[in-house]
Amino acid sequence: MDYLKAFIVGGLICAVAQILIDKTKLTPARILVLYVTLGSILGGLGIYKSLIELGGAGATIPLLGFGNTLAQGVIKAVNKDGFIGIFTGGLSAGAGGIGAAIFFGYLFSIIFNPKTKK
Amino acid sequence: MAVKKLGKQTVKFSNPPSIESSATIVGPKEGNGPLKDFFDIILTDDTYGEKSWEKAESKMFQDAVDLALKKANFNINQIDYMLGGDLLNQIISANFAARQLNVPHFGLYGACSTMTEGLTLGAMLIDGGFADNIITATSSHFSTAERQYRYPLEQGIQRPFTSQWTVTGAGATILTSYGNGPYITHATTGKVIDLGMKDANNMGAAMAPAAADTIINHFKDTGFTIEEYDLIMTGDMARVGKDILLELLYKEGFDIESKYKDCGIEIFDESQDVHSGGSGAACSAVVFNGWLLTQILNGVYNKVLFMATGALLSPTSSQQGESIPGIAHAVTISRQK
Repeated sequence: MDYLKAFIVGGLICAVAQILIDKTKLTPARILVLYVTLGSILGGLGIYKSLIELGGAGATIPLLGFGNTLAQGVIKAVNKDGFIGIFTGGLSAGAGGIGAAIFFGYLFSIIFNPKTKK
Repeated sequence: MAVKKLGKQTVKFSNPPSIESSATIVGPKEGNGPLKDFFDIILTDDTYGEKSWEKAESKMFQDAVDLALKKANFNINQIDYMLGGDLLNQIISANFAARQLNVPHFGLYGACSTMTEGLTLGAMLIDGGFADNIITATSSHFSTAERQYRYPLEQGIQRPFTSQWTVTGAGATILTSYGNGPYITHATTGKVIDLGMKDANNMGAAMAPAAADTIINHFKDTGFTIEEYDLIMTGDMARVGKDILLELLYKEGFDIESKYKDCGIEIFDESQDVHSGGSGAACSAVVFNGWLLTQILNGVYNKVLFMATGALLSPTSSQQGESIPGIAHAVTISRQK
């Protein structure tokens, strides 16, 4: 049941992005930024939490989830360290994801060469 | 005095330069397309044995030039000038190929209109008495153009249905002052026209107004009728651009549909998933130097208006939200002088 819920929630989030790609003139980069921003707003307002409770990884893995992580990180850091937390909280909370992205990106660029699309 | 000028934008060559030989190299996808029998070399690997696609593109450029020379029994020392360009920053494919070729070289940038820009300027150099033998060439490569103009390939971006597929290939033409044809008899140089299209994934629509303008002015300047031509062929309007071009011309009283073909539509089959069609400097270059010249030499067509079309965008201008200007240069290719 968890898998099904994750599939539906994650799938719906991605389907909205696909509709934006197909039906609007938004570039993929703008859609990505839109998702992160939207995620941090929903996270900051405490709305995204209920989506995670429902969909689990289906809500945390898409970019909205990253935006939510940034917002939660800032809230936590502000409560702990005060004003400076606005600047440190987001990246501290996102450090695992960002570090892994850089590490694996670098690793795979060493192992593989890019190929032309078929 | 400009005695060879006709009207506003056209020249009529008094001693029409002759096309001595031509050569084409294409990538694997083009080599699977409907025109595969008309290309000289079909690569099985689009890196062409090089470490980068940029190097592969430059090698295709150089090898197309070498092959055109070989087919004409020329060596490079007999060539007075080379004219060439491509789509990359600072036209490195052409310039890096010229580095190996040891020939006086003019670098051109006309985006995908480079083939007819080269033919026009080469024919002018010959008819002006500045040269006897000219080689003009251009190249493009799907994977170099994609990261030059759009996104890194590693990003695996989705292509919208209006987008076109950059042709991987290179084409070269040798022009002489004395050969037996086919001849370049007229050339109409296009104006840069921009009606405000901003979508880098819909270049056919961006180029259509410029293409229509050049065709209209060609007929106005020369007094030719559409019936005099056996074929009117554009470079890379593709399916989206074709419909817009035909409509723009029809509104101005030019119904060319029965004579019309587009290199970007001919080079790929619809089953090859290229969406609107082919594009790139090599699109018109390989279809012209491969398929079209063969048809003219075989007498299928006697008189052809060939017009490569270019979208003059840069990555910087796109990112800054600028619209895309278009250009189109037309040449009349005829079996008779």
